[in-house]
Amino acid sequence: MLRYIVRRLLQLVPTLFGLSILLFAWLHSLPGGPEAAMLDVRATDAKRAEVRAALGLDEPLIVQYGRFMKRLVRFDLGDSFTTGTPVMEEFGRRFPATVELTVVAMIIAICAGIPLGYLAARRHGRIFDGLTVTGSLLGICIPIFFLGFILKAIFAVKLGWFPSLGRQDVDVNATRVTEFYVLDGILTQEWDASLNALWHLILPAIALASIPFAIIVRMTRASVLEVLGEDYVRTAEAKGLRENTVRGRHVLRNAMLPVVTSIGLLTGGLLSGAVLTETVFVFGGIGSFLATAISNRDYPVLMGFIMIIAVIYVLINLAVDLSYSVLDPRVRVR
Amino acid sequence: MSAKTDRIDRLAELTARKDEGGHGLWYEAFRRLRRNPLAMTGAVIILLFVLIAILAPWLAPHDPAAQTWLGEIRGAEGFIPGPRSGNWLGVDGLGRDELSRLIIGSRQSLLVGVVATLLGFTAGAILGGLSGAFLGMFGKAGRWVDSILMRFNDMALAVPSLLLAISVATILGQGLVTVMIAVGVTQIPVFARLLRGSMLAQSHSDYVLASTALGVRKRRIVLNHILPNSMSPVLVQATLSLATAIIEAAGLSFLGLGGANAANPEWGVMLADSQQYLATNLRLAVYPAVAIIITALGFTLLGEAMREALDPKLRK
Repeated sequence: MLRYIVRRLLQLVPTLFGLSILLFAWLHSLPGGPEAAMLDVRATDAKRAEVRAALGLDEPLIVQYGRFMKRLVRFDLGDSFTTGTPVMEEFGRRFPATVELTVVAMIIAICAGIPLGYLAARRHGRIFDGLTVTGSLLGICIPIFFLGFILKAIFAVKLGWFPSLGRQDVDVNATRVTEFYVLDGILTQEWDASLNALWHLILPAIALASIPFAIIVRMTRASVLEVLGEDYVRTAEAKGLRENTVRGRHVLRNAMLPVVTSIGLLTGGLLSGAVLTETVFVFGGIGSFLATAISNRDYPVLMGFIMIIAVIYVLINLAVDLSYSVLDPRVRVR
Repeated sequence: MSAKTDRIDRLAELTARKDEGGHGLWYEAFRRLRRNPLAMTGAVIILLFVLIAILAPWLAPHDPAAQTWLGEIRGAEGFIPGPRSGNWLGVDGLGRDELSRLIIGSRQSLLVGVVATLLGFTAGAILGGLSGAFLGMFGKAGRWVDSILMRFNDMALAVPSLLLAISVATILGQGLVTVMIAVGVTQIPVFARLLRGSMLAQSHSDYVLASTALGVRKRRIVLNHILPNSMSPVLVQATLSLATAIIEAAGLSFLGLGGANAANPEWGVMLADSQQYLATNLRLAVYPAVAIIITALGFTLLGEAMREALDPKLRK
């Protein structure tokens, strides 16, 4: 087990190395440069060259890449071209927002998706099943920003139950510890601040949860249907095990394997794909920051953020693979 | 040699057909699809959508770009008039007939969906097919090629798709072509991974073992047996991807990357434009959104039904 984890982590090194080269080549091949975003369109060529030199962009690409790698081995990702702050610091400030949003969205999707999918499978072919399937398909087909708008228009603007934007009310005077606003409130025992942040999370999280919810419902339903037809379920029922034991130990546990895989992949996707939701609810996570970074050609931010996301993506997949051996003793990782 | 293997192929095929009750996989799948009401609903929606897109210029009651001065037709319920005689769905913020814009807009959505999916499908299938074929044909060297191709693929999956889209836009400028390419490119790794996985699963089948035992050459097994049998999940994905492409294109338009001009309205752009009227005229957002949702639902229903129809585990 430990050897397996170590090997997987070692495989990260060449993958990240390849990714860094590809990313570097891709970003620097985009037309225009950071100076175009920093200077007025009327700036002279001399001024542009001056700015490029100040950012170290006048050197050959290979030298620039070497400098990037030299810093990287010391876990230094350089400073953002646009804000001037270290990339790590920017990331530390924005990533918690995205993580909070993703986690709450996934909790909603899982808590609603798995029971619904399970019930639909138990009532296979009846009205409840049909409604669940159609409803989950609708969840995939609704453009996420439209759902965000509708939720905002109804629950924030019309009814006023939830705030319509931001992570916390501006008049909440909260102490920052980890930049995870909900967690900060708990750590400092400022319960109001924590609750306020949670309140801000609900609407965007519901919007973001729509697609993973739909996928989890269908995965669970299909998987449970398949397991229900297995011989061991019939055997378990035939030998008179209580229904709850059969459901929990035999059906659900075996049906969870593919569901867990998709949950892992979905979480990875949400971390980088929350841009639309973050834009609609002005949430200030990494998605919207990345989108502006690319139009500003903020190379350090882009390189840094994407590489960190890639590492997290790989780690999530590793966790998924490890969870197999917990859920299914037949699967032994080697 | 070839005549002999031909005979073996034929024999294998006949045996396989016999197992399925005398009909091919696709024939059986089609028969099951026809009995599935959800699949038929999806098919009808798609048919209507395609018909509307083709006949759009004749169906649209007005010129989608023609503006009416809003002061002249100001409705009682608000500044922008809602449904009324002459404009069944009312007009948009610039006084253009909403229904006509929706009808003409179906063409752009169809175009984006089809082109983006074709792009992702073709490039992804080549990548995944190569990977799977090398894996099946060349032993250790093949595993190397496969491993390199798939690592590239994984990296592409890790890069947020929106960033790919924005960078395509910076190279090509805003516009419909950008949206098509951007959406298509993000589909490539999905198709690649799917086809490779499917080929890998097929290569463990009994018929492959049988063909190998009969001395059929590896290249022939991979190209004539494994590859065609691996295509069904990829085709299902293509149907589903048509829906995703239409939704994603709307998302890109919403972020300001889509470029539709006045004469060529697009649903995503219409939805994005409606933002400024959200508080007063929600219907301007609802019409294009409903159009997108229904169309996407059509492709999804058909795709899901196809998946079920083609799944040997669910066949009785």
